[in-house]
Amino acid sequence: MSFSPILIAVLVLGVTGAVFAVVLYFVAQKFKVIEDPLIDEIAEVLPGANCGGCGKAGCRAMAEAFVKQGNMDGLSCPAGGPAVAQKVAALLGCAAEAAEPKVAVVRCGGSCDKATSKNSYDGLQDCAFANSLYAGESGCAFGCLGLGSCVKACQFDAIKVNPETGIAEVDEDKCVACGACVKACPRGVIELRNKGKQNRRVYVACNNKEKGSIAKKSCSVACIGCGKCMKTCPFGAIKVENNLAYIDYNVCKMCRKCVAECPSGSIHAVNFPQPVKKEASEPAAPVNQ
Amino acid sequence: MKTFAMGGVHPNDNKISTHAAIEQFPLPKQVVVLMNQHLGAPATPIVNKGDKVKTGQLIGEAQAFMCANVHSPVSGTVAKIEPCKDPFGLAKPAIYIDVEGDEWMDDIDRTPDIKKECDLTPAEIVAKLKEKGIVGLGGATFPAHIKYSIPEGKKAEYLIINAVECEPYLTSDHRVMMEHAEEICIGISILRKALGVPNAYIGIENNKPEPIRVMQEMAKNFEGIIVEPLKMKYPQGAEKQLINAITGRRVPSGKLPIDVGCVVSNVGTTFAVYEAIQKNKPLIENILTVTGKMLTKEQQHNYQVRIGISYGEIVRHAIGELPPTTGKVISGGPMMGKAMSNLDGPTVKGASSVLIIDESEATRGEESNCIRCGKCMNACPMGLEPYLFSSLVNNGKYEEAGANNILDCIECGCCLYSCPANKPLTDEIRLGKNKLRMIMAAKKK
Repeated sequence: MSFSPILIAVLVLGVTGAVFAVVLYFVAQKFKVIEDPLIDEIAEVLPGANCGGCGKAGCRAMAEAFVKQGNMDGLSCPAGGPAVAQKVAALLGCAAEAAEPKVAVVRCGGSCDKATSKNSYDGLQDCAFANSLYAGESGCAFGCLGLGSCVKACQFDAIKVNPETGIAEVDEDKCVACGACVKACPRGVIELRNKGKQNRRVYVACNNKEKGSIAKKSCSVACIGCGKCMKTCPFGAIKVENNLAYIDYNVCKMCRKCVAECPSGSIHAVNFPQPVKKEASEPAAPVNQ
Repeated sequence: MKTFAMGGVHPNDNKISTHAAIEQFPLPKQVVVLMNQHLGAPATPIVNKGDKVKTGQLIGEAQAFMCANVHSPVSGTVAKIEPCKDPFGLAKPAIYIDVEGDEWMDDIDRTPDIKKECDLTPAEIVAKLKEKGIVGLGGATFPAHIKYSIPEGKKAEYLIINAVECEPYLTSDHRVMMEHAEEICIGISILRKALGVPNAYIGIENNKPEPIRVMQEMAKNFEGIIVEPLKMKYPQGAEKQLINAITGRRVPSGKLPIDVGCVVSNVGTTFAVYEAIQKNKPLIENILTVTGKMLTKEQQHNYQVRIGISYGEIVRHAIGELPPTTGKVISGGPMMGKAMSNLDGPTVKGASSVLIIDESEATRGEESNCIRCGKCMNACPMGLEPYLFSSLVNNGKYEEAGANNILDCIECGCCLYSCPANKPLTDEIRLGKNKLRMIMAAKKK
């Protein structure tokens, strides 16, 4: 007598459970989404930062793109680098895309002492906002504003505004070249360039497209577009357009002749060994590679 | 007495330069005429280096739809045509003219006689406004010929003349009304004819009793001009607020004044319209106030200046060197004006004032956290929620801000003025509007 309510409950629940299990089984069979298990495997291998550096909406979208294409042509994960590329290639069963590793480069040398402040900005601390208002504290309408929109955009903690120079600086070890800072910079100061052998790079640290005389007024290290570097370069890697020199990193052999030739010192060569002797501050001979 | 219904603040009006009569500013050695002095595309230069130009000669032609003609403000030789940095340090296409004498175009009537009759048809009036490069002088520099070409299917019922001058410090409209009341009334009659409206209302805030009296006296001699004194409240001079104050109508979100049958014109513009239509004079001069609490009574000025003179020259002529404790030199009023970083930049058509303020006045208070007190909401004349936009914009949710009508913001600065936490609310909203517009433009592609 006292057991019957329990029995009824067990029976009712058991039967409904069984019925739903059968229904769900057939529904699951009917509406099954067939997905390549490879997508999951590749998504597992990818960094999972969803930085968008590959141009896809996130890591899973990238994994789908890999599987859809079946090889790695034109697809690369900048955040993962060669290690991830190897793993993905192994899963896909194709050759690893040997993408040249890149790094974000801030093309501005107008530090506080070189591009002195002519006014002080106390508005919203955001580069896009300041850029919509005026030319900036130095008067250069092309250089780094130093308000840190790129810092906010970076998910890898790889870019900081140096309080001494007032310019954004990239931490080469942390930077994965996802390009988030490039998109965040309202002035297009930041560029992704080849990391180069032993991290050595030669680039024009200026973005000023004004005439030399005007550019010089706001910044002492501005590129004046004189074209001396273009004439000096033995490899034809330098072009001058809109009063601004640009070094093509795919052509540049890093001989650094242009660095010595530049009258305003706007070409930077980084991570080269410091000359030991004092007189060697002269242009170094082309580095044998 | 009427005023607008929603929001608003009451900053001290500081009208300390009302006593200074309009003076003609002397001609400089060189002027720089920017090609985009108006809302829209820049004009195209039609003179070459070395050309001789006369005062009032067309030098920049409007080739796009949203564009206005630019005329030479001086006579002389074109020195060069190349970009010039504006007062904010941004390079704009410009024509440099070396001044030689002051020889005007022959068709411009320079006599002081007042010409009352105008027998042009509405279409001819609009065409002449376009030819003479007239733009709205209230701040937005909207090309006048576009404003007065009423789109088909719409009808203007009210012509509203904006003589509110609600920005603190500015007195150029005040002086123009005191000295050119008759010309203004003729200008209004011309605009009334162009639109075919029965009545024109001149809105003047009650902190200007003298101009109210002068305009009321003058309006008696004209048909269909009604002076409407308004209770003082900022931003009454904003187009939508003025329409609300005078007609009680509200311009719906995303619509234009003409959708509620209104056309609003600044009082300075009506004077320019008079000069253009009756005297053939293109828009080459502005009335510009030089003011600030730091300046003595003698240093306050209202100048009639040719466009293209640098701000630095105006400051030097008016007060000599800038006082050592100068904090900001602002083009426009303290609420909506912009601080200038490059005083060598030239004046443009819409310039209304040079305001010099002290360091202590210029610095912003220290920012603290929002406590959701809602003062910004109460102050907002558009009925928006600035504190909400602030957090949405700071978190990058621009489209959600758009859904809350961030684009309705008129950037009057009431929220920032009323915020006890000194949050840069107006800055954040401007940033949000810019970003949202970029997103919308990208989506259209």
